[in-house]
Amino acid sequence: MMKEIVIISGKGGTGKTSLTASFAVLGGQDIVAADCDVDAADMHLLLQPDQGRSEEFFSGQLAEIDPDICTQCGACVTICRYNAISVIDGKHQVKPLDCEGCGYCARICPVNAISNIDNNVGQWLISEIKTGSKMVHASMKVGAENSGKLVAKVKKEANIIAQNENKSFIIVDGSPGVGCPVVSSLSGADYVVFVTEPTVSGLHDLKRVFELVDKFKIPSGCIINKADLNNDKNDEIRTFLNDMRIDHIIDLPYDESFTKAMTQGKTIVEYAKSEIGSIVEKSWNMIKKRIIELN
Amino acid sequence: MKIAIASGKGGTGKTTLATNLSSYFAETKQTVLVDLDVEEPNSKLFLQGDLIHHEEKYKMIPEWDPTSCTLCGLCRKVCNFNAITQILDEIMVFPELCHGCYACSELCPVGALPMKPKKMGVLTHYKNRDLSFIESKLDIGEEQAVPLIAQTLEYVDRVFPGDILKIFDSPPGTSCPVIEATKSADFIILVTEPTPFGLHDLTLAVETIREIGKPFAVVINRFGIGDNKVEQYCHKEKIPIIAKIPNQRKIAELYSEGKLLFREIPEVRSALEAIMEYIDTLYLRRAT
Repeated sequence: MMKEIVIISGKGGTGKTSLTASFAVLGGQDIVAADCDVDAADMHLLLQPDQGRSEEFFSGQLAEIDPDICTQCGACVTICRYNAISVIDGKHQVKPLDCEGCGYCARICPVNAISNIDNNVGQWLISEIKTGSKMVHASMKVGAENSGKLVAKVKKEANIIAQNENKSFIIVDGSPGVGCPVVSSLSGADYVVFVTEPTVSGLHDLKRVFELVDKFKIPSGCIINKADLNNDKNDEIRTFLNDMRIDHIIDLPYDESFTKAMTQGKTIVEYAKSEIGSIVEKSWNMIKKRIIELN
Repeated sequence: MKIAIASGKGGTGKTTLATNLSSYFAETKQTVLVDLDVEEPNSKLFLQGDLIHHEEKYKMIPEWDPTSCTLCGLCRKVCNFNAITQILDEIMVFPELCHGCYACSELCPVGALPMKPKKMGVLTHYKNRDLSFIESKLDIGEEQAVPLIAQTLEYVDRVFPGDILKIFDSPPGTSCPVIEATKSADFIILVTEPTPFGLHDLTLAVETIREIGKPFAVVINRFGIGDNKVEQYCHKEKIPIIAKIPNQRKIAELYSEGKLLFREIPEVRSALEAIMEYIDTLYLRRAT
């Protein structure tokens, strides 16, 4: 039975993607990787996918005014709640970055000068990573609405591959924050791994994103990265994990090898000079063991 | 003058720069810091101040009035977000899908979908001498950051109408919330780190900012770690690098405790000085 592991952090820069990519490498042939951090997708920099199959992704609509039909009556400006229609040189125009695609203007335009066009928000890809396994990822167009739909698509495609090829795990690099994209990342997850750091903001964001995960009732564990940076904060995080019954998976020391490996396009487990690779490997084995226990 | 601090990648030091820069500015002039990273606002963790105002923030969503509804089905048809459905003789609204466009409410022939406020978050306003600090926090379960960011900016414009220095701590990424947070700014500072992830996300952020058409510059954080490809990129793209904050474990430790850096790390203070000088030049150029 295939299991889906989602790695999230709430706060950026805690090492989420570096660890997710390490797990994807350690998982070898038995995984499918999915990069759901579509807003700032970085996992490909470590997993080096070939440019496999790609497909454009459309989500929602955008209003478009036909200048030949428009009578410049201004009815659309009056009803638009997003101030997405401006008048430039006496002509009404839609500002694509502000338009939410509600279609209201097109409905009330007295001369039908406005149409709704499908909004191309980016593309999604299926590629082969350096271990020979597959990765599903996406690139979003700048300023596009990350409604979570592209994230959902990435996960769905990863699921199809995992089913067809009989893989044991889907490893998902989750989205940041607590809004739609992360909600989409979490849906259907079997286990959530939080990556945090012993800092005031690390703890603060962990608590917030846990509140969300707890709503979905998904079992979870936590890796404390840079654990020796602040012992008091580390204790506070451990207490929180204990109180909330979150598995404390492992502590990783503050170590710049992660960055050094990254500059060579490697995950930490492929970087020979670091002992931290073996701790990461241990944490991967613990996560796998825990998921088996949970069944 | 409004300065937005943004970055493609999370965790590059946006909040560190926003809190330090605004506290540093506030030593000599009135400064307003606005935390627009409403999903994970963190600025408050690094600042002290007296709470002077607190308000709940609402978004408008339609509420079904069964007494006047004729079940004509128009509301379902006009909703582009599938936020309205009909089950037997009942209309249901899904608030988390609603974008508040008012189409269903205003087009309903019998006025059976009046718009009603729904709480989406909380705005708090603190003050510490010359530093005013506004933070908005999205309620857990609320999925759309943009309306809260827009309302927070409205509050700031209303309360601080003059040409006061305003610093926006923007959300990470390159999608709608970042656009909303940066589009009213006069100048944008992109914070990055000299690593492959930093560079990749910087290029996306630059693309986004160029789309909005705002002047911008780069600050490199954790300078010394990683490689020099960010500098090469900025040079090639003719993007000014206005300051570099060194990579030091001591900085990471101070940050972990929620402390400001510039009072203890001279290199951080000189980086802030360089940024202030750059901004002063912009001010002068704008004034003439």
